[in-house]
Amino acid sequence: MSRNAQNDHLTRLEQTSIHVFREAFANFRSVCMPWSMGKDSNVLIWLARKAFCGKIPFPLLHIDTTYEFPEMYEFREKAKVIHGIDLIVRVNEDAIRRGIGYATHDPVTVTHELKTVPFKAAIDEFKWDALVTGIRRDEDPTRAKERWFSPRSAEGNWDYKDQPPEFWGQFASTAPEGGHVRVQPLLEWTELDIWEYIRRENIPNPTLYFARDGKRFRSLGCHPITHPVDSPASNIDEVIEELKLTKTSERAGRAQDHVGRNSMQELRAKGFM
Amino acid sequence: MNTQSLSQPVSTSLPSVEDHRKMHVVVVGHVDHGKSTFVGRLLNDTDSLPNGKIEQVRKNCAIEGMEFEYAFLLDALIEEQEQNITIDTTRIFFRTKQRAYAIIDAPGHKEFLKNMVTGAASASAALLLIDAKEGVMDQSRRHAFLLSLLGVKQLVVLVNKMDLVDHSESTYQKIVAEYSAFLKTLGLTAVHFIPIAAKHGENVVDRSAKMAWWKGPTVTEALDNFAHEDDLTGLPLRLPVSDIYRFDHRRIIAGRVEAGAIRPGDELIFQPGGRRSTVRTFEDWPGPESRSVVGTGGSASVTLSEQIFVERGQVASHPANQPRVGREFRARIFWLGKEPLVQNKTYRLRLLTQNVDAVIAKIIKVTDASTLESKEAASVPRDSICEVIVRATRNIAYDLHSECPITGRFALEEGGRIHGGGIILDAVSKSEGPSGKVTASERGARAGHPPAVVWFTGLSGSGKSTIAEAVERRLFDAGRNVIRVDGDDLRVSLNRDLGFSAADRAESVRRASAVAGLFAGTGHITLVTLIAPLAADRAKARAALANHTFIEVFVDAPLAVCESRDVKGLYAKARRGEIAEFTGISSPYEAPESPEVHIKTDKTSQEEAVDLVLSAIDKILQGKGEDWEV
Repeated sequence: MSRNAQNDHLTRLEQTSIHVFREAFANFRSVCMPWSMGKDSNVLIWLARKAFCGKIPFPLLHIDTTYEFPEMYEFREKAKVIHGIDLIVRVNEDAIRRGIGYATHDPVTVTHELKTVPFKAAIDEFKWDALVTGIRRDEDPTRAKERWFSPRSAEGNWDYKDQPPEFWGQFASTAPEGGHVRVQPLLEWTELDIWEYIRRENIPNPTLYFARDGKRFRSLGCHPITHPVDSPASNIDEVIEELKLTKTSERAGRAQDHVGRNSMQELRAKGFM
Repeated sequence: MNTQSLSQPVSTSLPSVEDHRKMHVVVVGHVDHGKSTFVGRLLNDTDSLPNGKIEQVRKNCAIEGMEFEYAFLLDALIEEQEQNITIDTTRIFFRTKQRAYAIIDAPGHKEFLKNMVTGAASASAALLLIDAKEGVMDQSRRHAFLLSLLGVKQLVVLVNKMDLVDHSESTYQKIVAEYSAFLKTLGLTAVHFIPIAAKHGENVVDRSAKMAWWKGPTVTEALDNFAHEDDLTGLPLRLPVSDIYRFDHRRIIAGRVEAGAIRPGDELIFQPGGRRSTVRTFEDWPGPESRSVVGTGGSASVTLSEQIFVERGQVASHPANQPRVGREFRARIFWLGKEPLVQNKTYRLRLLTQNVDAVIAKIIKVTDASTLESKEAASVPRDSICEVIVRATRNIAYDLHSECPITGRFALEEGGRIHGGGIILDAVSKSEGPSGKVTASERGARAGHPPAVVWFTGLSGSGKSTIAEAVERRLFDAGRNVIRVDGDDLRVSLNRDLGFSAADRAESVRRASAVAGLFAGTGHITLVTLIAPLAADRAKARAALANHTFIEVFVDAPLAVCESRDVKGLYAKARRGEIAEFTGISSPYEAPESPEVHIKTDKTSQEEAVDLVLSAIDKILQGKGEDWEV
């Protein structure tokens, strides 16, 4: 594809995301980008490097639940080098000492303890006023209402009932007192866009997304609660073809979303991304 | 400004078979004119509903003993999507044979205007429903007014509920005539007025047999004919500076091309300020090649041939087609704030990447968005539209909305929150110049950057002056007003009468800060190099210079290193007891606890040190620091 082709769909998405990155970096004192090592996260890294001409000028944060797939840890170390990432890793050691884990606790509790709690602690520690997230409107209904720049209170709460208007490329540029702003460059992307972009740009990703023995992961989380889907798609072209036909939701394999009717809503109100 | 084309079309690679990109559509209109029913029917008729959804809703209706309505379908979807959370910017997707669509802001909830503005501003097209039986109503007009302000150009009016008026063409024509006249006063034109009966799916996707007189398109046909958005590549170049990156040896001007196109070799002028330079390269990652042109919507990473002063907020254009530069203009504003917009109050004006204080100098009139009647008022309530004179506290670059919409509109912010937006109608000629004493912000405006005091503290021989000299050189070469106040120089001039006692040191710091204040007052970035060993004295200096941005640079070199350098032979003298109360030897040095810049000279090269200081100054100059308007 010609590098001058600016009117195609993926390039428009890409250029808008770059703009969002740049505006965030210009507006906020201290930016951080949580990194799950999943495909959306990896696309974000790629876009950040494009936005900042090769170098990511802020740290990435990995909240390590200690339940990542072994391949993800390998991928983390590899990607760190490839992209020159300044990586902060945080583990909720206290919760692990208290015996919080999937063997004994429900997924909502574990997700809260091992992800949200250390995530909030890291925000308190580093005082970031902007966090770049990889959420997309098409992932989940509660994410459909998000804005490019979404202010969060000091407690991490999201006032979805009274969101600032967003128009003409003007975003909420001030974090609430003691709070931060979520910056969401992938808001308009779909799962299919992500994969088509990964293919076009040849972005490194974990191979867990590709089928082995008739199963592959469509979304990656903690291994005890993340289940592969039946799929013969063993390479990126096949994944893309499969997505064009599928009717099931992307996060169907993520158990913590489905514990109760409103589990995703509960998680997000408490600060989950 | 003329709109002569400055560039060739950027791309011819539009997808041919199917346009994957979702087109954003807003659905607006008076309450009960059938928005929900229409959306429900549209989803059904385009086969965009999840399997079994319609059967489920029909069943629920039967259980409740209600007649099935398509509006329920939408309610059910929303409820499900929202999981009982109050609706905000929700998207509902549907797809025609041609392409995918997203309906932004499903209708029918509170705070509609605020969300409609957010939605409509990003929409490529609007569908406005009018009840054929009830005719044009208050919100029919109000919503069109907002659409006109937000710049939604592709408007289709749906004359709904045609079944209730016996599918009468004359009733339809009456509405067309009345509403067209109204739209005309707003400068809007509807692409089509389509007669529909949403409840029965007539002319939504399928053509209505009962309205054979209608030869125009159905709703989906009309949508499929829309273009995604105006291509602004033919307009003159407008590249607002988002940031200046200096992550490595390169100095990259970053920004998004909002109109026109830019190429290497183009001469640019940056307004306000008026400095010129030429595009040397685009620094596209991952390379190896960079683009040969960046068109509208593209993010550019530009290096310049000549190192001129550039800051966030400036707009780069070609010299032949520049934006206007000024600080006072007439604008039409829509106001969404809970508190009314008040005359003579200062708000934050955001236009592209420019961000300045601006006073609503005069509220000319408040317009009723429905009747278009205007009246004078001193304040503007929520959800109103008004015409005002805006006076920014310094010059900004802008266009009239009629010339270039994207640089002719702005948002108004208060307390970090956007409360309204406006379009610029015309410039206000300023007959009288400013009067009274010259203010710091006027000086700053002339310099093109805010002043600052950068105070280098550290032991004798730590390298303060060397770093400061290099910083001064870089700033000077970048076209900034900069001056250095050196402690050693002061010692032989202004401070000739002072020794090294604690009292004399305090006095020396006081005098240096007074001198720095005078220089900063003239708009200079003032670099002070003074040991200033005592924290209390430095705190006093900072307080005395509270009107200016103050950057403390701690040049932190180990005593042994300073002593081994001993350029001036002072340490040797101090060791021999020839200088009393010498800092580090016979007098204490209290290291700063939280300097803005901390340079550890044993770990940082001189070059890195200079970059650290420059980047701290850059942040201020780019408006990231304290507000410099005094």
